Amino acid sequence: MARFKKGKSGGVPAISTASMPDIIFMLLFFFMVTTTMREVTLKVRNRMPEATEVQKLEKKALVSFIYIGPPTQSKLYGTESRIQLNDSFRNVGDIPEFIYVEREARVEADRPFLTTSLKVDSEVKMGIVTDVKQELRKVGAFKINYSTRKKAPKPSN
Amino acid sequence: MAKKVPQINAGSMADISFLMLIFFLVTTTMDVDSGIVRRLPPLPEKDAEIPEVKERNIFNVLVNKNDRLFINNAWGDIRTLRAETKEFLANPANRENLPEKKVESLPYLGDYPVSRGIISLKNDRGTSYNMYIQVQNELTAAVNELRDELSKQKFGKPLSEITDQDIVTSIQKAIPMSISEAEPEDIGGKK
Repeated sequence: MARFKKGKSGGVPAISTASMPDIIFMLLFFFMVTTTMREVTLKVRNRMPEATEVQKLEKKALVSFIYIGPPTQSKLYGTESRIQLNDSFRNVGDIPEFIYVEREARVEADRPFLTTSLKVDSEVKMGIVTDVKQELRKVGAFKINYSTRKKAPKPSN
Repeated sequence: MAKKVPQINAGSMADISFLMLIFFLVTTTMDVDSGIVRRLPPLPEKDAEIPEVKERNIFNVLVNKNDRLFINNAWGDIRTLRAETKEFLANPANRENLPEKKVESLPYLGDYPVSRGIISLKNDRGTSYNMYIQVQNELTAAVNELRDELSKQKFGKPLSEITDQDIVTSIQKAIPMSISEAEPEDIGGKK
């Protein structure tokens, strides 16, 4: 019996941490693959409406975003809905230039597939959205996507 | 004998990778972008004629500045909009006051009576975006459900499970997503 007690004399053996870097690297790669870089700092509130019939945006690189909503810093910028392009507030008249710049940034073969994603807060009135849509029509950016949050579909009857 | 290369201490590897992991956690987002896809019509030519559409082929949906629905000159409800749209587009009983059908031959489907109905959606400048999206969602749902029904009837499975792109295109042509958005009017004012 005494033979068995010999080697292990008290204390918990230390867990090897040699594989720690591997595990962390695995996590790192997982996050690198599944996430995308944050592109802009939001200056408008962006609580989008819910919808069931949504389609995924296929190629993120071919999407340009237009944010519309009431400013988050309402003390500084008021409560009227504003358009945000890239990192600053813009007017409806700046949209054609924005679209041209977005087009120039892509390879020529990809330009016809450029989609404009409208990220609009649910409390925005349609007037400003319609103005934006008219500008997009003028510059020929016909593919649009009304960004929404996904809602679980109602059980069909 | 070559000089022995000293082993590099890998003890801080975990710290470095932790640092990178936290950097990526902070700078990236995980949200998947999804939404309702639409195609805007090109701007009309100045002297373009307005195409004449028979009254029976138009399904009028109006949303006013108080987010009330007006469907074909009567008060409507968002909860019945989907069913009404489906009935309009499908016209199962071939009624006189619902849209005409034009038989077209489509690959995989053969001769199929394609509805010539057009949904005319009109909103006020004061309509809330949320209501607009709900209406768009119901209209899209109606078309999607009809497509699914056709797909199940012909191929025994919903459209999303059909992998052959030609069949999908065919079904999309058989039940077109014909939503026309009128030029907006400013009736109710901005607020």
